[in-house]
Amino acid sequence: MTGLAILIPVAIGLGLAGLAAFFWALSDDQFDDPDGAAARILTDEDDEA
Amino acid sequence: MNGPFQPGTAIVAAESRFAVPGMRCAGCISKIEHGLNARTGVHAARVNFTSKQVSIAHDPEISDADLGEAIRALGFEPTLIADIDAAKDETDTMRELLRALAVSGFAAMNVMLLSVSVWSGADGATRELFHWISALIALPAITYSGRPFYRSAWSALRHGRTNMDVPIAIGVTITAAMSLHETIVGGEHAYFESALMLLFFLLAGRALDAMMRRKVGDGVTALARQSAPGALVIDSDGASQWRKSAELESGMVMQLAAGERLAADGVVRSGTSAIDASLLTGESAPQPVAAGEKVFAGTLNIDAPITVEVTAAADETALADIGRLMETAGQSKSRYVRIADRGARLYAPVVHALAALTFVGWMIAGAGWHQAMLISVAVLIITCPCALGLAVPVAQVVATDALMKLGILVKHESALERLAEADRVVFDKTGTLTLDRPAPDNLDDLNADQKRVALALARTSRHPLASSLRRALENQGVRAADIDAAEERAGQGVFGRYRDQPVSLARPDTAQSTPAVALRAGDAPDIVIRFRDSLRPGAAEMVDAMAELGLPGSILSGDTAEAIRPVAKELRLTAQASARPDDKCAALERLGRAGDHVLMVGDGLNDGPALAAAHVSMAPGSASDVGQNAADLVFLGDSLAPLPVAVRVARRTMAIVRQNFALAIIYNVLAVPLAIAGFVTPLVAAVAMSLSSLIVIGNSLRLRSAR
Repeated sequence: MTGLAILIPVAIGLGLAGLAAFFWALSDDQFDDPDGAAARILTDEDDEA
Repeated sequence: MNGPFQPGTAIVAAESRFAVPGMRCAGCISKIEHGLNARTGVHAARVNFTSKQVSIAHDPEISDADLGEAIRALGFEPTLIADIDAAKDETDTMRELLRALAVSGFAAMNVMLLSVSVWSGADGATRELFHWISALIALPAITYSGRPFYRSAWSALRHGRTNMDVPIAIGVTITAAMSLHETIVGGEHAYFESALMLLFFLLAGRALDAMMRRKVGDGVTALARQSAPGALVIDSDGASQWRKSAELESGMVMQLAAGERLAADGVVRSGTSAIDASLLTGESAPQPVAAGEKVFAGTLNIDAPITVEVTAAADETALADIGRLMETAGQSKSRYVRIADRGARLYAPVVHALAALTFVGWMIAGAGWHQAMLISVAVLIITCPCALGLAVPVAQVVATDALMKLGILVKHESALERLAEADRVVFDKTGTLTLDRPAPDNLDDLNADQKRVALALARTSRHPLASSLRRALENQGVRAADIDAAEERAGQGVFGRYRDQPVSLARPDTAQSTPAVALRAGDAPDIVIRFRDSLRPGAAEMVDAMAELGLPGSILSGDTAEAIRPVAKELRLTAQASARPDDKCAALERLGRAGDHVLMVGDGLNDGPALAAAHVSMAPGSASDVGQNAADLVFLGDSLAPLPVAVRVARRTMAIVRQNFALAIIYNVLAVPLAIAGFVTPLVAAVAMSLSSLIVIGNSLRLRSAR
């Protein structure tokens, strides 16, 4: 039972971390243009606006 | 770095967005962005490759037309997205759904882990602890993820209606409340994971639906761009002044150079010229006009300068009429009830009645209210519309992607449903069945030397026939001859000297049934080069294939009967000629009233109202902005072969959707009696729910190989 007291919070905490990462990515427009992001690595330019 | 605006830009910037379907590669992205950023007044241009759009932050002084012109100069065909706010709203909706989906997924998985140990035999204090942890995770997650359903259900109830979200909201709430009660009293069964899974699957369906809607990019109107931005107006004292279209008034006199587009309707005051009215009528051959004849906004003055007295400007032009016609014609489409909504109307009352009857039944049978409640909750969960909610969106998203790979873009959310119902097809001629590039018919009548002279002369003119002749000759590998003193005389042709002989490419002296030019060299007799519209490749096969699919075709064109006859004959179609935009609309409405579901295929501005009025419509990628926007589907490339393919895929999609519904119903028929009988534990509910959803998704994925 003591194991559970550690493992459950750890499991939930890890899940929450993933959820937070997803929320951040979503609000940072990371999913706005997936195809474009894939294509942009092919162009070599550093003067991105 | 992803924002369209540069940080630190102090000046107030306007934002414009264009759809640029032509971008295909990484090179296009940088070409458009660099090209636009290099222009003065443009603060930042950002391409979204996934949605094939470019958003431009720019000085308010730069008009959308200028920006469109700039994109065109870069070699891409842009369409202005008029309603940016609507597009942003859709992005916001999409994000809210994705957040809710993520939260419900996270919570469902964690609660499921806890539930598995409960199902495998944990009891006593452990079970109670796990139920409490589940409640702590599930209740906030349900509150958060359930918002889209609660909101929609509430607004439906407030207006005295019911929709699919009402049973969902009630089911989830009752399930959560019952489970909380079980947790508090230390009961055996808590259904938290079922409630969360239900939300998760439903949200997945909603998110797919929203994705689909975002792709279609509706609400785009670019009609105004078709008319000229303004005109040179001559005052009574002879002074001339440039005025914008909106400032033109009837009675003013416009001076029009050759090659200029009319900004208002009017009557020719002086001069003779030819007018290209294809935008309005679809007729490809230029119409001669003389003083006293009517000309319309949006048409192109080809041959010679003329002066035109304005009779109608701004909102009163025939062009603006077409815009209004399209608006009213499009309303019937928004009234179309999608198959999922039709299903939902039946579904909600049945489920509610079943759950209520179960409760009453068990009460009568002598079970306590607690047990009766628990069993009716199980009924609510087991009848969950997961499979129903996924049936349509998954199939449609898969089919849309498959079609996109075949060069067919689905532009309206219910387009596939309507296309599957089509049982008749009506074609426009110019630009739809034909390529709208008149091609010289009898080039073989010319010898090599004559071809070289013809090419040299044709190159000096921008008349449509001259450029078509030039293209055809260049394709044959002809090299132009050296010609001296070449000049273009408006309304007559191109004249020059070749080896000290006068040569010309001019209007033939004798009347011709088709567009034609005469090549004259010295005293030799004229050689008449005739032009004809060339059919798109695959036209005949397409007409046959459509007929085989049960869609007999006919032609509805603004062109003259003579121009249509050869095409109609070659394709063995009946035709209606000289149809103005409102005639086309009326013809389609007549067919619609007769019970036909018409698929309209057209491309021009003049087809816009008809495309909007038809049950479902398609346009080629070469279509005018208006044509493309009004159409439900757009096919790329010259060939007409995608038409029957689209119909077949649409029908297969709807067949799959119906199968999905059937699967969902079979599942309910099997599971509901079990639930009513009280055999459904949380474990059974969870398994049944996932299984039915997976089956529906798997069945829909079969569309990936659509052909």
